[in-house]
Parts: sequence; structure tokens; C-alpha cells
Amino acid sequence: MTDVAPTVLVIEDEPQMRRFLRSALEGNGYRVVEVGTAREGLAQAAGRNPDVILLDLGLPDADGLDVTRRLREWAATPVIVISARGMETDKIGALDAGADDYLTKPFGVGELLARIRVALRHASRSPDEPAEPVFTQGDLTLDLARRQVFSAGVEVHLTPTEYKLLTLLVRHAGKVVTQRQALKEVWGPNYATQTHYLRVYMAQLRHKLERDPARPRLLLTEPGVGYRLKVD
Amino acid sequence: MARRPDPDALLQQVRAEEARAQRGHLKIFFGASPGVGKTFAMLEAARLKRAAGQDIVIGVVETHGREDTRRLVEGIETLPRRRLDYRGTVLEEFDIDAALARRPGLLLVDELAHTNAPGARHARRWQDVEELLATGIDVWSTLNVQHLESLNDVVAQITGVSVRETVPDSMLERADEVELVDLSPDVLQQRLREGKVYVPDQAAHALERFFRLGNLIALRRTAERVDAQMRGYMQAEGIRETWPAGDRLLVCVGANPATARIVRAARRMAAGLRADWVAVYVETPAHTRLSRADQDAIAQNLSLAEQLGAQTVTLSGHSVSEEVLAYARDHNINRILVGKPTHSRWRDRLRGSVLDELVRASGAIDVYVITGDADEGRPRPVLGPAPQAVLRDYLGAVGVVAAATGVSLLLRGHVQSTDIAMIFLLAVVVASSRLPQRASLLACVLSIAAFDFCFVQPYYTFAVSDVHYVLTFGVMLVISLVMSRLTTRIREQAVAAREREERTGALYGMTRELAAERNAADMIRTATRHLRNTFGSDVLLFTIGDDGRLELEPAVGAPPVDEKELSIALWVYDHRQLAGAGTATLPATEWLYLPLVASAGAVGVVGIRAPDPRRFQDPVRRQLLETFSGQVAASLERVRLARASQRAKLETEAERLRTALLSSLSHDLRTPLAGIEGAASSLLQDGGAQTPNARRELAQTIVEESRRMTRLVANLLEMVRLESGALQVQKEWQPLEEVVGVALIRLDERLAGRAVTTTLPPDLPLLPIDGLLIEQVLINLIENALKYTPPGTPIDISARLGDREVIVEVADRGPGLPGGDEGRIFEKFYRARDQGQAGGAGLGLTICRGIVTAHGGRIWAENRPGGGAAFRFSLPLTGPPPSVQREGAAA
Repeated sequence: MTDVAPTVLVIEDEPQMRRFLRSALEGNGYRVVEVGTAREGLAQAAGRNPDVILLDLGLPDADGLDVTRRLREWAATPVIVISARGMETDKIGALDAGADDYLTKPFGVGELLARIRVALRHASRSPDEPAEPVFTQGDLTLDLARRQVFSAGVEVHLTPTEYKLLTLLVRHAGKVVTQRQALKEVWGPNYATQTHYLRVYMAQLRHKLERDPARPRLLLTEPGVGYRLKVD
Repeated sequence: MARRPDPDALLQQVRAEEARAQRGHLKIFFGASPGVGKTFAMLEAARLKRAAGQDIVIGVVETHGREDTRRLVEGIETLPRRRLDYRGTVLEEFDIDAALARRPGLLLVDELAHTNAPGARHARRWQDVEELLATGIDVWSTLNVQHLESLNDVVAQITGVSVRETVPDSMLERADEVELVDLSPDVLQQRLREGKVYVPDQAAHALERFFRLGNLIALRRTAERVDAQMRGYMQAEGIRETWPAGDRLLVCVGANPATARIVRAARRMAAGLRADWVAVYVETPAHTRLSRADQDAIAQNLSLAEQLGAQTVTLSGHSVSEEVLAYARDHNINRILVGKPTHSRWRDRLRGSVLDELVRASGAIDVYVITGDADEGRPRPVLGPAPQAVLRDYLGAVGVVAAATGVSLLLRGHVQSTDIAMIFLLAVVVASSRLPQRASLLACVLSIAAFDFCFVQPYYTFAVSDVHYVLTFGVMLVISLVMSRLTTRIREQAVAAREREERTGALYGMTRELAAERNAADMIRTATRHLRNTFGSDVLLFTIGDDGRLELEPAVGAPPVDEKELSIALWVYDHRQLAGAGTATLPATEWLYLPLVASAGAVGVVGIRAPDPRRFQDPVRRQLLETFSGQVAASLERVRLARASQRAKLETEAERLRTALLSSLSHDLRTPLAGIEGAASSLLQDGGAQTPNARRELAQTIVEESRRMTRLVANLLEMVRLESGALQVQKEWQPLEEVVGVALIRLDERLAGRAVTTTLPPDLPLLPIDGLLIEQVLINLIENALKYTPPGTPIDISARLGDREVIVEVADRGPGLPGGDEGRIFEKFYRARDQGQAGGAGLGLTICRGIVTAHGGRIWAENRPGGGAAFRFSLPLTGPPPSVQREGAAA
């Protein structure tokens, strides 16, 4: 990460929303470039080389999905899509097309900053660079080198699939992992629609790792989209 | 003291005036004879009006090739004539539809008495004018005195020429203006000689008689009298004096052609007295024996009376005089008009005289005897021919006599011949009581012959030795005649009674069945069936749809009808008058149409197609048909009203909901908005005076109020989705725990300080549910618990496996549900009484119910043992959950 303040490109057509995002981001040390259309957004993404892109899915001139796809043709810049509740299909579409994360309107500043932080953190790590060998979050400790899992200091035995699922979430820590993504990576492409597998194993993981599986603090469900391993 | 006007009469007057205001104005150019220049006068007046800028159109004007008339027509817009093809000849008629479409300010329609060619909308032109007036178009027309219905016979008497084209007097009475076009008779004759009066060739010789000077003078006087009467009438109308309900006239109608004359006389008397009048026909048992022609004549006479403005009534009973007087007394009638008897005095002696009885029993009622026209009135027996005997009857007569002869032959020698006569007498009585008159007469003659031949000395000759047998024969003959007359009468009465009973029975049957029907389609089917059965004819039924259009009821199963029939039905509906086959209006169809008029107006039209159209000219049948239609109309109206009131109820309910929604929305949206605006504006105006803590609190307020609004808006949107049917349940097999988890996380902040326990059995299977929706149910139930229970009290979420379903429960330890409200709390906009500060539009639980129902489950609430409320919902387990391969080895 450089010393220069990271640049956030905001592609959002509603002025009030833009004003809120600008003040929230600038107040927290980000530089903000704002545009109101997808066309301008793509131009600015190429010209300004932003560190993070906030993309509203309800743009007047283009489908958010298309914008994500076209961005991904030439840029790896993290994209966080913003959408209203009830547009789960659009979100999943954008995520599968290469978006990194999403925010559901209305959201608070805290949530926004957390997502941007996670996105920047993931982007700063080059794909070749190995992940840190030991991941710790709350009660959970995962030793990737030794393939050991501890919950509140006690070693927890996971099945191979559970372990694979957990490492996937840890690799994307703080980011949403879509159901499709998880099923494909853990069970293989043939299982891409067998969501109940994922749900059953997530439940098992929670029972092994959460204090109260019915009120998870770590392995969060993103309803209709996927799962997220919460990071502070 | 001045008499106070009767309020009812005043009301009626006001209504009449209103109706008149909407009606078009009618001006009639009235003349004593053709050739006086009515058309000319009308056109001249029209040109003046037109010069003044009025919109004037000629509907139809006959110039009869006269140059001066043609010049007047020039330049005035003239409607094209309608061409009607009638038996190969093309006839040109006034096009009423064109006139209605053009809607001129004033329309000129010449010759009011004209008879339209077959195929035109109305049989007569005055009916066209009626319709035009009814739609508010002003009309000017022309009329000669001889065409006036009530003066028709007077004119015929004067001139000896009978005119068939008549116009009802009501036309003239209702005219807003009548202009008498007068020409002195000698000038008229001069014009006639000069060929200035149009005379159709075929009528030339008749008109020669017509235009004699004497006639013209008399006609002119008649026309002047009519004109004067009209002026007086209109003056009276002008003062708007309500007619005293003093005089009421009744005229007796029969089959005799003289009746027409009596009816006209009654109309003149009624007009003179300004009295209401009634034309009455009494249907006695003998009615069934009247010939077809007579029955038609009665129908025509009644219809004539109706045209002349009478109310027509058909009574039924034994004695004409008794029925007439009973009716007269019941209806405050003080004058009765009857025709002068035309039959011989003998008949009166034998059978009693209606006139005599009437006069004797009339009491305070005046009875007027009017001369029938002797030439016109062909004498006719009141009793028509008895039912004709057929061969079978004659054979029967022979058989009866043969049997009597056989029995008598067996007894011959054992009994006296007078006793044998008794046996034959018995045969005669039996034959007379069973057989028609002629056959019984044959039986009588045969009996006498057989008796004479076999049992009167000398045997086997017709010679009679003893004179007193002649007396026996005579007695037998008389007995036979009397008996057969008696039995015939009894049979007739029985037939009449049966017919009456059938009619009443049919009507009762239909009424009863209609009363039982609750829905319009069934009712229409029932009504049609009854009409069809009772009248033996095809039936059409038109009703007014909700869009106000007259539609053929498909439920009737009648043959399809074309546009023409529909247009007649529409006319009937609009004018609330019957039309079609057998009437004067639109007769060019096979169907007879009656309006279905109920108390609140017409509800439809019924069409009847009888094998013989004349059948419905019979007043009894017509009346029965009208009674049936009345019943059908009343029933249809009942259904319609029921539907309307149902709709009104639903609308009221919807209105109530709308009001509730508006009030709760305005409250629920405004409260957080007020909070947000207040907090935000104080942050904006903060000149650094506020402590960071205070600023934080203000910001907190904004955030909390925004969330509250978000929840409300989300609920509203969900409600809309539910109500509009846009809610799609996308079921996936998933653990309940995950859904509960999401709900609890989303409510995390608001659950602070609450002990929330989740008890889910470990063996709970996966559920086929839409996670997002069930999450919403849980959130709403938990929010509901938060809203209605004191802070700090626990909330318990649990689930248990039932019979092929899972029951989920959200329970609290709050005050519990108000008694009796357990069922209502899921209703839209319901809010618990005494809800305190708890807000919310009362939609949450309704949404829960909608979602659970969409999942095939139930939702209910009850009070918990030990205090608090429990909300439960069931989620059915459909099919076995998909298997998930488990692995044993740990990593």
C-alpha cells in the first residue's frame, strides 16, 4: 500500500447517495472520483486508475452486470457493487461476473469502510504471494501449514470437506463467497446448484466453531447470496 | 278558501316539466285538408329561423314537384333519404339514423301521418318523430285534421272517405306549438283546379269527393275547433293547473267493429272532461270460443284505446256487468261507456242483457250508451261455434245408443216400455254430458229412432200408434239439448279455469324458482326455461352489463341474433316500450320484444318468437307475458341490487382499509421524518456550542429513525408484493438454524439487553423454504415481541417436528394477547389496543400470514402458560429432504 490516499471511484447516479459517499470517504482519508453514468465510469476507471470501484447496480444507462464484465476485461481493480435489498439475483450475477463484494442499501459508514478495507487488503496481496500461514479471528485460529483448527484454544476436528470450506472462507476473509463459488471450489463444478450441501456443511462448521450456532458471530450468512467470514 | 295543491301532483308536474325540458320541441303545422300550404308555411318559417342563424336541417319534405316549394327547399341542408328495397321496388324513406347522427338544432319532417315502408325502423313516421323528440331534437312537422286519430271517424262521416293513416291525438297534445294553416275553401278548390294540390293518381277519384266545397267547409271548421281546443288545452297547461281528480271514464271493449267508434267517442269525452280513461275487456268463459278474427279484433280495439291514451285492462269473470262495475267502483270511475246492443231483443230475454244489468246495478255511476255503426257492425253470435264434433264423437254417440238398445232388447217383455224410455233417456244424458253438441244431438235422434223402432208398437216400424210417445220423444229432445248446453258450458268453464290455473301455476312456479336463485346466470336460465315452456316459443334475453351495454345473455342458449335484432332490443330498452313482431314499432322481425322494467328502471329486454306472431296480440297472452317479464325484471333487479350492495360493502371495507393505511402511514412515516429532520437541522446549525456527546446523540437519532423508516418501507413493499400476487416462493432445502441466525443477526442491535434463547432439536430436518421470506417472518415476529413486551424480558425461539411439518414458535413473556383478539391480530392494520408508544402500521403480522400461507403452512397465536404470548407457524415438509453424503474421517 502506498502512502498516497487510495482513490475510490464512485459510479452512482443518485446525487444524494454520491454526496453521502463523498463525505463519508473523504472524511476517512480517501480520494473520491464520482461519476453518474456507466459510460463515464468506465472512462474514469481507465483514466484515473482507482484503487476501489463502488458500482451502483441501478444505473440508468447500463446494466451493472455489463459494467463489471467490461471492467474485468482489462482491470483487476476491486469492485464493490451497491444494490437494494431484493435484488439478490443481480448481486449474484455481478459477483459471479467478477465483482469482489457488495453492499445492500441502506448501509452505514462503518459497513462501507469495512468493505473497502477488506477489498484493498485483498487487492494489495498479489495472487502469487502465499497467504499468511496462521489466520486468527475471534475464537478461531487456523494454522494453514499444519492444517489445524482451534476454537477458543481447543483443537477442533474437521472433515476434509469442512476444512476445504473453511479455508475457502478464510482465503476470502471479510469478502462474500457466493454459494456457486463455494460449491464449485469445494465439491466441484457438478455440484454448483446443490446448495443444500453447502448449507449442511456450513451448519456443521458453525456447530463446531460458533458458541451459539443460531447466533453466529464468525460464519455469517449473506441471505440468498452466500457466506462471509467476518473480520474486524 | 283556495285549495292547496296536492304535493304528489306538484311533484309529478315538476317531473313532467323536467322531462319536457329534455325533450325536443314539437311544432305542428296543422291544416284542414291537403293543399292548404302547410309544407309551404313550414318552409317559409324555417327560412326565417335559418336567416336568424339557427341550425336547420330538412329530414324529409315532399315538394311533389311544385316549383315554389322546391325553391324554398333550396339551400337548406337536406338529409339523404334511406333507400329500402321492398319486393324489388326501391322506396325512399326518411333516414332517422342519419337525423340522430346529425343532431340538428331543428329538423323538418313533413307529413306526420306518413306510413313508412316495411323495413324502416318504425311503422309510422310519427314514431320516428317521437324518437327524435325523446333524444332532444326539435322537430317541425305537418298534419291534416283527417289524420287525427280521434277525429278519424268524424272526418269519414263528413267526407265519406276513410283515412287509414292516423296519428294519435297525444302527438298533437304534446306539441309545444300548433300553427293552423288556413285557406278558404274556394281558394283551395281554385288551387286544386290549377293542379297546385298534389293528388296521387290512384286516389284521385276519392279525393274528388273529398275536396267538395261542403266537405272543405266542414273540415275547416273541425280543424279550427281542434285548434281552439288545443289553444285552450295549452293555456290550461300554461297555468299549470292540476287537473282535478274528478272524472274517470271506463269504456267497454268487445270484438264488435263498432267498438272502435265507441273507443273514439270515449277518448273525445275524456279529452273534453280532461279525465283519465280506461278501456276494459271482460274475458268470460266464452272467450275461448271466440273465433281467431274476433280475438284479433279485441286485441286491436284495446291497442287502439291504448294509442288514444287509455289505460287498458283485461278482467276475467263470469258476468261482464259485474266485473265492469266491480272494477269501476274499485277505481273511482264515474262514467261508463258501452255500445248500443245490436242483437235482437230475444237474446236478451234468453240470456240476459249486459246493458240492462249494467244500468240496473250501476248505482252512482253514469252509464252512457253509444251508437255502434250499424253498417259496420255485422251481427255476430256472442257464442261462437261450439267445439266441432269429430268422427270419434259420432261413433261414440252411435255406440251409446247401440248399448242402450241392446240392454233394452234384453229387458223387452220384462218391463214396461216407459221404463225402456228411461234407459234411452239415460243414454241421451250420458251422451250429452260427454260429447259435443252435434254428437249428443245425433245420440238423441238415434235414441228416439231406436226406441220408436224396437220398443213402440208396432215394432220394427217408425210408425207410432200411441200419441203420447210423441211427448216422450219431445221430452227426450229437450233434455238432450238442455243437457248438452249445460255440459258444454261446464266444460268451457273448466277449460277457462284450467287455463287460468295453468297461467297462475306457471307464474307461481317461475316466481318461486326465481326467488330461490342467487346468481344472475342461474336466474336467467330459469327464467328462460319458464318463458319457453309457458309460451312455447324461442326466447331471447338481453341484460345490461356492468359496462352499461345491452348484451344478449349467453346463458339462454338462444339462436344467435344479428345487429338488427340487437338494435330493436336496444330501442325497446331505451324507450321502455314493446316493439317487434305484431306491434306498430319495428314490426319487420320475427321477434316480439318486451322491456324488463323493474322499480328502478329497465334491467333488460326479453324477446319472444312465437310460431304464430298473432298469438301475442291476444291481450290475455300479452298480459301474461308482461306479468312474466315483470317478475323476471324484479328478480334480475334483486340479484343486481344484491350484487351492488355486496360491491358497496367491499368498497366500504376497502375504503376503511385505505383510511387506516393512510392514517397509520402518515403517522409512521412522519414521526421518524420529524425526528430525522429535527436532529439533522440542529446538527447543521450547530455553531460549535454542542458537546460532542450531544452531537453523537443527534446523529444516533437520525440513524435509528432512518432504520425505522426502512423497516416500514420494506414491510409496505412486501405487503404490496403479497397483495399483487407478485410474491414468488423460491423454496430451497435448508436448515432452519441458518434462517434464525440471519434474523437474529439482523436484529442484533435491537436485541441488546434481551435474553434470546434458541431451542432447535438437533434432528430437525432440512426444510423446503424460501429463506429470505421465512427470515422476514421471523424478523417480524421477533420485532412484534420487542414492540409489545417490556424491555429486558426474554424472547424464546424454538421449533419442533410435527406430523410432516415443523412448527416454529416465537414466544415472549410480555402482557400476552388481549382476550378474543387472537384471530384478528393477523388482519391488516390491526394493532393491539393499548399499544402505548409502539408504532408500526400493523402490517407485520399480515405479511407473516401471507408468507406462511404461501408456504402452505398456518400461523396462529395464543397466550403462553405462565404469561406472555406465543406466535406459532407451521411449515410443511413436502417430500423427503435431499440426502447429503457425509464423510467420517476428520482432517
